[in-house]
Amino acid sequence: MDALIEVSGLTKRYGDTLAVDGVDLTVLPGEVYGFLGPNGAGKTTTLRILTGLIAPTSGDVRVLGGAPGRADVLGRTGSMIESPALYPYLSGLDNLRLLAEYAEVPRKRINEVLELVDLTDRARDRFSTYSLGMKQRLGVAAALLKDPELVILDEPTNGLDPAGMRDMRRLIRELGSDGRTVLLSSHLLGEVQQICDRVGIINSGRMVAEHNVEELRGEQELVIRATPRNKAHDVLAGFGTVHQYDDTLRVQVDPQRAAEVNRVLVEAGIEVSELRSTERALEDVFFELTSEEKADVG
Amino acid sequence: MLGSYRAEVLKLRKRSAVWVLFGAGLVLSLIFGYLLPYLGYATGDENPQTDGIPRSEILRGMLPERVLDNTIGGYPIFAGALALVLGAIVVGGEYTWGTLKTILTQRPGRGAVLASQFLALATMIAVWVLGIFAACALCSIGIAAAENGAMNWPAPLDILQGLAGGWLVLMMWCLAGTVLAVAFRNVALPIGLGVVWILGIETLLAGVVNSLLPDLEFLSDVLPGTNAGSLVFSVTGMATADAPPGVRDAVGGGRALLTLLAYCAIFAVLAAWTTRRRDVT
Repeated sequence: MDALIEVSGLTKRYGDTLAVDGVDLTVLPGEVYGFLGPNGAGKTTTLRILTGLIAPTSGDVRVLGGAPGRADVLGRTGSMIESPALYPYLSGLDNLRLLAEYAEVPRKRINEVLELVDLTDRARDRFSTYSLGMKQRLGVAAALLKDPELVILDEPTNGLDPAGMRDMRRLIRELGSDGRTVLLSSHLLGEVQQICDRVGIINSGRMVAEHNVEELRGEQELVIRATPRNKAHDVLAGFGTVHQYDDTLRVQVDPQRAAEVNRVLVEAGIEVSELRSTERALEDVFFELTSEEKADVG
Repeated sequence: MLGSYRAEVLKLRKRSAVWVLFGAGLVLSLIFGYLLPYLGYATGDENPQTDGIPRSEILRGMLPERVLDNTIGGYPIFAGALALVLGAIVVGGEYTWGTLKTILTQRPGRGAVLASQFLALATMIAVWVLGIFAACALCSIGIAAAENGAMNWPAPLDILQGLAGGWLVLMMWCLAGTVLAVAFRNVALPIGLGVVWILGIETLLAGVVNSLLPDLEFLSDVLPGTNAGSLVFSVTGMATADAPPGVRDAVGGGRALLTLLAYCAIFAVLAAWTTRRRDVT
């Protein structure tokens, strides 16, 4: 499968500061890709390079098979970089109208995207009177105006209330399920875990991981407290690798087999006082990776 | 390209600051071209404001035959400053609001976006020139009718030439505003520097050169304001004594025209070159 975004050895230097340092990144067609990293890690710089706003110092970048910033590539890409930057003195509708003119998009598409982000009722109000959440939604509407194959969204849930965040998550999932490719940068790791198929983690300008969300979170385990413990250990060994932590046992097995594990233990005459699944959250992985990186650098 | 042009026109049309600047230019033209002279005329020769100028001369200055003088006489300095502000707010606003990144991630390239902005500004400047001309023409008709003055108009070709010259003067200052805005990625600094240049530094330089360093007159003769004033002087054919501030015959009309065209080209190329090469952060 040809990648929609292929980045290798991407570097961006501002004077003595290395903002992006040899980043490799691949986004496949139809996937929702989460781009994670702490503030100042190089996420926005990378996204600006992908949209042709800034030129890389070195490295190869291909977006939709072409160089970023080319008219035919931009025509198939919708983006919102950093924050929704629109004209404060114009209404939401006029902002979309003029973007539609630039992008050569038919006007009927404006109503469709306004409906998609639930802004039809406020479309005639000035952009400057919008709340942060409404501005964010209009920014996403602007990104979707071209009905793009590739959508690049930088922190799209910034400023949204919980209901707005839920709606945005739903919208991004819908975009992904429509066959569109979405590259999403976010600080909200729980959100990325829910929405994304794959994630890349960038720290201090360097890519420290790029995996499926599940791969990144690692093997899932069952935590079991049972007596006698040695006998339980032997029985559980039949399901997978068993580790002992304090007075609990952890067995690497699909948590969906928890009922089966419980039945086998009970049938073996073992008393089970606790059985639960444990999963590493993406947040745990993120902090592990970014703090390791910091320790290395330091 | 047509879509980008339409988008730029929409932005200008809906921006109140553009119309406030136009209104300021219009009001200044009417006040200095008609209101103050008419007050001087109506209050008679004894008023020191008329400085002994015969009332008939004051009236002649307000009649249709002098409509071009009143329309574009203020362009080299006052309206020029307003045009510079227009260029600075239109292009500088894209940087301060961050909207440049939004429009550059649509389909058109950087060159096309900038070319559309220049075309839209050229259109708006033409609207300004025609609007001010229409208002001045109406005032002169009103005064001629009220005072039984002659209803003689300049020849159509002269009007066309005068308005085109006025448009070029304003366009040159407007492009100066855009190139400063691109250079500083801002609105306030280009306006400050540009207006100080137009209203103060150029006049000061010309004065110093004329009085203290006459050998350096060739330098003051290539300044934009000097050539703007010379072009207006040339296309209106006004007498030196009637010329408003900034309008004088420092260089010939043909040379002034070529110099202003060169300034327009330099400003446009500089803005385009910088915009195309620079990162948008």
